[in-house]
Amino acid sequence: MRTEALALGAVMLAALVLYALFGGADFGGGTWHLLARGPRKEAQREAIAEAIAPIWEANHVWLILVVVVLFTGFPAAFAALGTRFHAPLTALLVAIVLRGAAFVFRSAPGIARHHARRWGTTFALASVSAALLLGMNVAAIVSGRPAPLRLTLTGAWTSPFAVATGLFTLALFSFLAAVYLSVEAEGALREDFRRRALLSGVLCGVLALATFLLSGDDAPLVRAGLAQRPWSWALHGATAAAALIALFGLAARRFPLARLAAAAQVGLVVLGWGASQQPYLIVPDITLASASAPLATQRVLLIALAAGALVLFPSLRLLYKVFKPARPKRPS
Amino acid sequence: MALAGLEEWPMSDLDFARAQMAVSLGFHIVFAAIGVSLPALMTIAEWRHLRTGDEVYLDLARRWAKGTSILFAVGAVSGTVLSFELGLLWPRFMEFSGAIIGMPFSLEGFAFFTEAIFLGIYLYGRNRVSPRLHFASAVAVSVSGAASAFFVVLANAWMNTPAGFQLRGGVPVDVRPLRAMFSPNAASEVIHVLLSSYLATAAAMLAIHAFFLLRNRESRFHRAAFSIAGWVFAVSALLQPISGDFSARKVAQNQPAKLAAMEGQFRTETGAPLRIGGFPDPATRTTHFALEIPHGLSLLAFHDPGARVLGLENFPERDWPDTRVVHVAFQIMVGCGSVLALFAVAWLVKRREPPRWLLKLLVACGPLGFLAIEAGWTVTEAGRQPWTIYGIVRTSEAVTQVSGLRTPFFLFTALYVLLGSVVAALLTQQFVRSAHAD
Repeated sequence: MRTEALALGAVMLAALVLYALFGGADFGGGTWHLLARGPRKEAQREAIAEAIAPIWEANHVWLILVVVVLFTGFPAAFAALGTRFHAPLTALLVAIVLRGAAFVFRSAPGIARHHARRWGTTFALASVSAALLLGMNVAAIVSGRPAPLRLTLTGAWTSPFAVATGLFTLALFSFLAAVYLSVEAEGALREDFRRRALLSGVLCGVLALATFLLSGDDAPLVRAGLAQRPWSWALHGATAAAALIALFGLAARRFPLARLAAAAQVGLVVLGWGASQQPYLIVPDITLASASAPLATQRVLLIALAAGALVLFPSLRLLYKVFKPARPKRPS
Repeated sequence: MALAGLEEWPMSDLDFARAQMAVSLGFHIVFAAIGVSLPALMTIAEWRHLRTGDEVYLDLARRWAKGTSILFAVGAVSGTVLSFELGLLWPRFMEFSGAIIGMPFSLEGFAFFTEAIFLGIYLYGRNRVSPRLHFASAVAVSVSGAASAFFVVLANAWMNTPAGFQLRGGVPVDVRPLRAMFSPNAASEVIHVLLSSYLATAAAMLAIHAFFLLRNRESRFHRAAFSIAGWVFAVSALLQPISGDFSARKVAQNQPAKLAAMEGQFRTETGAPLRIGGFPDPATRTTHFALEIPHGLSLLAFHDPGARVLGLENFPERDWPDTRVVHVAFQIMVGCGSVLALFAVAWLVKRREPPRWLLKLLVACGPLGFLAIEAGWTVTEAGRQPWTIYGIVRTSEAVTQVSGLRTPFFLFTALYVLLGSVVAALLTQQFVRSAHAD
């Protein structure tokens, strides 16, 4: 395979890792909005909204970047994706639209309280659905099952494996959100999110195992990739270590450490998925090589991505420096 | 179920795909236009505040920013839908053209990233960053918003005037992405679309503040807004006819069938008349009830009163756009644009002490810019039919093989009706509240 195709594949995988780490945590915020309870119920919801308000739109663009790189660099894969996964992608889009719109509606100036509440619930439900559907789409893509040329609610995207992958994705995103929030919040609120992070962290482990076990029937090729490559068990080992460090960090209230380890854990899960399905873009027939655009396009695209990165990364760094300072605020 | 009867509907999957694309684009284009131009107005207000220290401008920048935050978000998510819909509805178009015109979309991705990042800093960072960085963020949002539109329209221009590849056995070869980006219609389309965004938003803002000036002429707040929106309105409204002329000549040169459909020109003639209004009838190949200005079309399209203009009769009927839609949409666009240009002159003359009749008329003109955008978009899209890529890929060849497309059509239509009504309600509420505040 040519280097250009591999490099573009790596860019897409990197963008997906970043989408999971940043955009994923925003979706996870929806879980905790929905599950907010106790005396600090409203404070929890406010903390979530405050944490994601300035950054969610930027975080969302990672997904757009994956889409545009896919259709420029691998147009045949983009065409096949839209054709084979029409139903689950449409469902995902509806959730994405409702999530974003409901989030801004809920804090629109002068909105009545009961309306704000309703939009808050819509935001939370749409976030949770988006995370689930993202996982279900991934499961359909790796399943290798033939897709019917009509819109249907049955098929690879609603198999037990797909549902497990959806739940696993939701758990990972919710875990990330709770960990990030426990760094950013203070006092009793921080304890609320710490408890939620610990619980969802354990749940991630259970769901990871369930997903892996179900993959044998529903996604044999990826199962082989996950279990039989030379790096397979080293990667799972590293992921498990990161997960344990994250849980330890939470237990010991070493929040910045927990955040770092949780991000590493989620990043490794996404990397492991990508690496195990390599060289397929869509299992079992569309590969980086078979779907490649002409060399001229892939080269210009790589140059454009490099130039874009020169603007993008300093801007993102600035955004995060302004709204997410490295050191957590000291409890007063 | 009510939907069961749809089995007998005279709409095919292709029709539903086109309808879904039309609904998605027609919805998104409003928010996209505002996303380009409202930040520019906000930036000008912010700049006036920095220059003069006058709090009125700060207040104005803040109110426009509130509008931007809702409208940009809806634009961002509806734009995401479109990027996926290219593959969901038109996979064979994307398979053909992704490698050729993916570049401007990729660059648009970065422009969108920049806009989202700096909008976050601008909207939420006023008390967290220095005033200079805060103002620079507003400028970055305005510039990257315009850049987004620039890149996306390059892709649309390519669909009208494809370039940058050779066709061999129906397959594109010798692909040159940079040449494809700057296709023959690129400059004219980009300028026309950018101006339309500034014009439509400024006209709407001018209408709102003219409304409040009718109630309270002395309000410094509304006078400041009236002045900023007015300048953007006047400049873009007066430039737009020039850009329109440039666009029309490009269409005449590169897409003669589209020009014929726009003008209701069935016969090929030298010294063709300009038809104002009227209704074209493809069955009899005549345009009824139009006001005809002799030699007008030849003069406008080719800058030569004796020029020969190709009529639709020159093309096989299967390659005709629906001239009824295209001609009428074109008349609406040009009509709105002309009225707005006229009021731009009136504004320039009377802006210091605007008489009540002018304020009232400006209020009435508020929606015309957006009406013109929808009509102009209809002209360019419906006028390109039956092609998705002009002269190369037919829309019927580009559509997905997936069946049952009425479900997503109704789903997205319902979703956009809901979102559109909520946005309208929220903005009206804000409008009413400001009315009470004065």
